Amino acid sequence: MQIYLPIADLPVNMLLLLGMGLAVGFISGMFGIGGGFLMTPLLIFIGIVPAVAVATVSSHIAASSASSAISYWRRNAVDLPLSLMLLAGGIFGTIGGVWLFTLLRSADLLDLVIALSYVVLLVAVGAMMVSEAVRAIIRTYQGYPVVLRRPGSHTWVHGLPFKVRFKRSKIYVSAIPVLGIGFTIGFLGAMMGIGGGFLLVPMLIYFLRVPTATVVGTSTVLTLVTMASATVMHAATNHLVDILLAIFLMVGGVVGAQFGARAGQRMRAERLRLLLGILVLGVGIRFALTLLIEPAELFSIRFTGDGG
Amino acid sequence: MRHRIALSLLFCLLALAPARAERLITSLSHHQVLVTSSFTGIELVLFGSIERDAKTISRKGDYNVVVTVAGPRQTLVVRRKDRVFGIWTNAESRSFLNTPTYLAVLSNRPVSEIAPAELLRRQEVGMYLVPRPALASGIQSGEHDIFREALIRLREQRKLYVEDPKGVTFLTPNLFRATIRLPAEAPVGTYDVDVRLFADGVELVRANSALEVVKVGVEQFVVNAAANHGILYGLFTTLLALATGWFASVVFRKD
Repeated sequence: MQIYLPIADLPVNMLLLLGMGLAVGFISGMFGIGGGFLMTPLLIFIGIVPAVAVATVSSHIAASSASSAISYWRRNAVDLPLSLMLLAGGIFGTIGGVWLFTLLRSADLLDLVIALSYVVLLVAVGAMMVSEAVRAIIRTYQGYPVVLRRPGSHTWVHGLPFKVRFKRSKIYVSAIPVLGIGFTIGFLGAMMGIGGGFLLVPMLIYFLRVPTATVVGTSTVLTLVTMASATVMHAATNHLVDILLAIFLMVGGVVGAQFGARAGQRMRAERLRLLLGILVLGVGIRFALTLLIEPAELFSIRFTGDGG
Repeated sequence: MRHRIALSLLFCLLALAPARAERLITSLSHHQVLVTSSFTGIELVLFGSIERDAKTISRKGDYNVVVTVAGPRQTLVVRRKDRVFGIWTNAESRSFLNTPTYLAVLSNRPVSEIAPAELLRRQEVGMYLVPRPALASGIQSGEHDIFREALIRLREQRKLYVEDPKGVTFLTPNLFRATIRLPAEAPVGTYDVDVRLFADGVELVRANSALEVVKVGVEQFVVNAAANHGILYGLFTTLLALATGWFASVVFRKD
């Protein structure tokens, strides 16, 4: 069941792609994330050049986040004004990310920067998630209630000017961190081929105190739009989106996500966060090892003018 | 290049003049290979016949044939990883200009036994077709060879460079067959097929033909669209993503 991917210029097993889509989709549905941080490394691992992997995964994330955005919308779990303001920052972030991506690719530094960013980001976020979840689990065992949102406690974020009220989420915050978060997620997403859901949800909770009722739905809308525009921009500037690869990942991904979402509902929230943290940390460490251990093959060939 | 062709033409004419030399007639099973989504590689067969007549001078040794198939040429950059600040990353590199992206060297015995190395190098027979890296100042030639060897090794691992000293079989003393295997990753473009006939360590005659590897159908369409209509292609991919997502949410709707 080999299929030839026209842009990646590589024959790949169709079932392998579908399977990867399903597996990553399952995880993404379970944790309410896009799953790009898993899919991009997997594609690189099966031999697709990082540039094509990053560009193509954005369309895969667009598909899976579209499907979850629609279901959150139906449940009225999206804070549209908040999404739109995040998006305003997100679009600029995406443009910046694609710009840097193109620049690094022409300087032949893209692979290294992608790998380094994965290590730094995933190890840091993974470690934070694991320690937070472990503390939460210990607290529940000791009988304290789990407190995620502390409405009374204000951080420096709440001292910033240009305050805006978001009715659906019942928060009153400055526009600066909202735009900043949107920009960061859009930037990292386009650069690294990640939706950024695993970063965005904690950011919205800890910085903006967005309640759990709307946080995932709102973040999904941002992911959807930034990834959809990243797909268009990558296709327009670097011509690296492989539509055939995208189709297999999308189909596997959306189906897997549905089953994952059902599995996730049966698990306790802090256990889920612990698992996700371990997963994020694991991928980060895996990337770190490839940079630190002497590779078996030191040489590689680069084609000038195409491929990446 | 043109100079070389002219020179070899001259050789042919000189060879033709006194006593008739051998003539080489070759036929390739395919002149066009179509790459579709189910393409997993292909085997091409080349038949060749060595024509002699009464006037052809007799040879002491046997005939030797070297078939060289060279894919479309490109500049290849070979990079070597090195430890920089504790991290393994690409450091030094060498450029190989005008280098075949695919290369098959098939012969009836090891190329090194067919003719002296000096002649092979000068005539770019076999793996000598892979050039030396473009010169960069202050680098010793020993280093160059490491990169060239790495290039050949990496391409061989992916079956894109093939050296087969048993790839040419003589069916009769004057009739031979060569099997050319193009892997699924064979790059698109024009491939030069060069057949050279040797005897007693000298080249007698050569015959050239070509074959073309083209992407067709969906593949060609996708490659074209991605390269020439990037924005439309991107919009279409995005729409497809949205449609897939929407479809899934409808199919799996619970409420």
